[in-house]
Amino acid sequence: MGDKVLMRGNEVIAEAAIRAGCQCYFAYPITPQAELLEHMAEHMPRLGRTFVQAESELAAISMVYGAASVGVRTMTSSSSPGISLKQEGISYLAGSSLPSVIVNVMRGGPGLGDIAPSQADYFQATKGGGHGDYHMIVLGPSTVPEAGTLTMLAFDLADKYRTPVMILADGMLGQMMEPVQLPEPIDIASLPKKEWATTGAKGRDPNIILSFDLDPEVLKQMNLELQRRYREIEKNEVRYEELQTEDADIVIAAYGTTARIVKTVIRMARAEGIKLGLFRPITLWPFPYEPLKKLSARVQTVLTVEMSAGQMWEDVRLAVAERADTPFYGEMGGVVPTPRGILSEVKKYAH
Amino acid sequence: MLTDLDNMVKVFSRPKSLTDVRSTYCPGCQHGILTRIIGQTIDELKIAERTVIIAPVGCSVFAYLWYRCDAVQVAHGRASAVATGIKRADPNLVVLSYQGDGDFASIGTAESIHAANRGENITVIFVNNQVYGMTGGEMAPTSLIGQKTTTTPDGRDAATFGYPIRFSEMIAQLDAPVYVTRQALYDTKRIVSAKSDQESIHQPGGRKGILARRGPLDMPDELAHEASMRAGMSPMW
Repeated sequence: MGDKVLMRGNEVIAEAAIRAGCQCYFAYPITPQAELLEHMAEHMPRLGRTFVQAESELAAISMVYGAASVGVRTMTSSSSPGISLKQEGISYLAGSSLPSVIVNVMRGGPGLGDIAPSQADYFQATKGGGHGDYHMIVLGPSTVPEAGTLTMLAFDLADKYRTPVMILADGMLGQMMEPVQLPEPIDIASLPKKEWATTGAKGRDPNIILSFDLDPEVLKQMNLELQRRYREIEKNEVRYEELQTEDADIVIAAYGTTARIVKTVIRMARAEGIKLGLFRPITLWPFPYEPLKKLSARVQTVLTVEMSAGQMWEDVRLAVAERADTPFYGEMGGVVPTPRGILSEVKKYAH
Repeated sequence: MLTDLDNMVKVFSRPKSLTDVRSTYCPGCQHGILTRIIGQTIDELKIAERTVIIAPVGCSVFAYLWYRCDAVQVAHGRASAVATGIKRADPNLVVLSYQGDGDFASIGTAESIHAANRGENITVIFVNNQVYGMTGGEMAPTSLIGQKTTTTPDGRDAATFGYPIRFSEMIAQLDAPVYVTRQALYDTKRIVSAKSDQESIHQPGGRKGILARRGPLDMPDELAHEASMRAGMSPMW
C-alpha cells in the first residue's frame, strides 16, 4: 500500500475508478462533482484510456451503455439535476444487464436547487428513478477513504451481477479533503472475460444486447431473471455498520455525511450520560432491513437523521415496524445538520 | 422443356451477413433494399466478424435481427452516443448506426450533431422516410410542407410546425465529418448509386448527392467505406 495523501472526495472516487480498471469515462460538467471529471480528463488519456466530455448527461450515460456493451469497465458521474437526466440510460443499463458505475454527488433540490450537500435523491437512487421494475446496487460512503474503497467495490459488484451500481455521495463528501491511502490498482488483464459482450461475432454466434421484446411472455422471463439476480444481491451484498449499539437506548439511523456527523453526536451524548448508538447502512439498496430489525428489538428509539425531508426514513420504518419509536430529524435545501442540532433532537427522546 | 437443375448456376442470393429472419418492415418500404445493400457491402468488405449494428427505436428497432453481426439495441435518439461508447471502447470494431428521421433528426439531434462534430469514426445511415412509421404515421422533422400525417391531418403547415429540417446539410457544414452524402432508393439507378457510393470517395470531381468530403483521398478502404455509408436517404428539397 502507498503512503497517505490528502485528497478531495471527488478526486478519490476518480482515482479509485482508474485503479479499479475503468477504461472509459464519460461525463458532463456539473457542480459539486467537477473535480471528478477534471481528474479523469487529466489522467485517463495519459493511461491510454478514454475520456469524453459528452454534450449532455443523456449522451454521457448512453456512451457508458456503448462501452459497457463491449465489456470494458466504464463510469459516469454527475450531481442531482444531471442524474435526473441519466435515468433513461440507467433504466436501459439495468434492462440490458450492463455492468456500469454511476456516481451521484448529491446537491440541494428539487429543480435546479443549489450546489450545497443534500441526500434528497435517496428515493430516486434506491426505488427506481427510471421506468420499469429494476434496482441498482447503491453504495453510500461516509468518509473520503470509504468513497475510494466503495468505488473499487462498485466495479466488482457491477461485473459480478451484470448491473449498474451507484455511488451515492453528497457535496460535502465530494468537496472535503481527507488523508487517504489509495487502493492498489487491479490488473485489468486478470478480469474474467465477458462472453456476452459485443466484441465482434468471430468464431461464435452474434451477441445481442437488448432490453426489448414485444412478446409479453418473453419480457416477463427477462424481468424474472432480473428479479432472481436482485434476490441474490439482497442475500449476499447487504453491508452496514453499527457503532456503540450494544448498550444503546437510542440509535440514530443515518448514512453518508450525516452518519459521519452522528459519530460526533455519540461522543457528545455519551458525555452527558445518554446511551446513543449509530446504525449506518452502507448498501442503501439492498437496504439492511434484517440487521436493523434485530437491533430495533432492543432499543427504545430509532431516530432517522437525513439531509432530506425523510426518504431513508421509509425504509427504517419498514425495518423497525412497531418494535421501537421511529422519529425523524432532517435538514433540506443544502443545509447540513450540526452535531448540536442533532443532539438537541436526541434529547427529546432521552429519559 | 425440362430444366437441368443440377447444372444451374446460382447468380443471386442473400448476402452472407444477413439472416433469414422474416422482415417486420411494411410492404413497399425501402428499408428492405437498404438492409440488403448494407449486407452486400459488409460481405464485400469482409467485416461481418467485427461489425456492431446499432438498432435504435423506430422501424429499425429490430435491426439486430437482420444481420449475422453483434448488435446493440439502444434508447430513442441515443444511437450516435452509444456508437461513440462502443467505438471508443474498441476502435477495431466497425460501428454501424442505422437511424430513422425521428431518431436521428428529432429526439437525437444533440447526439447526432455532436458525434459528427467530434469526428467519431463511425458510420451513420440516416434513413429518412418523412414519417414516424412505427407509431402510426405521425409528423417527422423531415415531413414535407403540405404532407398529411396523423398529427398534421391538414398537411404540414410551416407557420405552425416549421420546415423539414435539412439535417445532412447541417452535418456537412461541420469540420470533422469526412463524408456526407444523400442518396435515394426509389429506382434501380439510384439504388446502384447508393450501393456503389464507396467508389466515389476516390473520384477527384465528386458526384451529385455528395454534400461534404474531407480527408485524404488515399484514406484506408475501411474508412472510405465508413465515410461513404453516411448516406441520408431523402429526395432533394
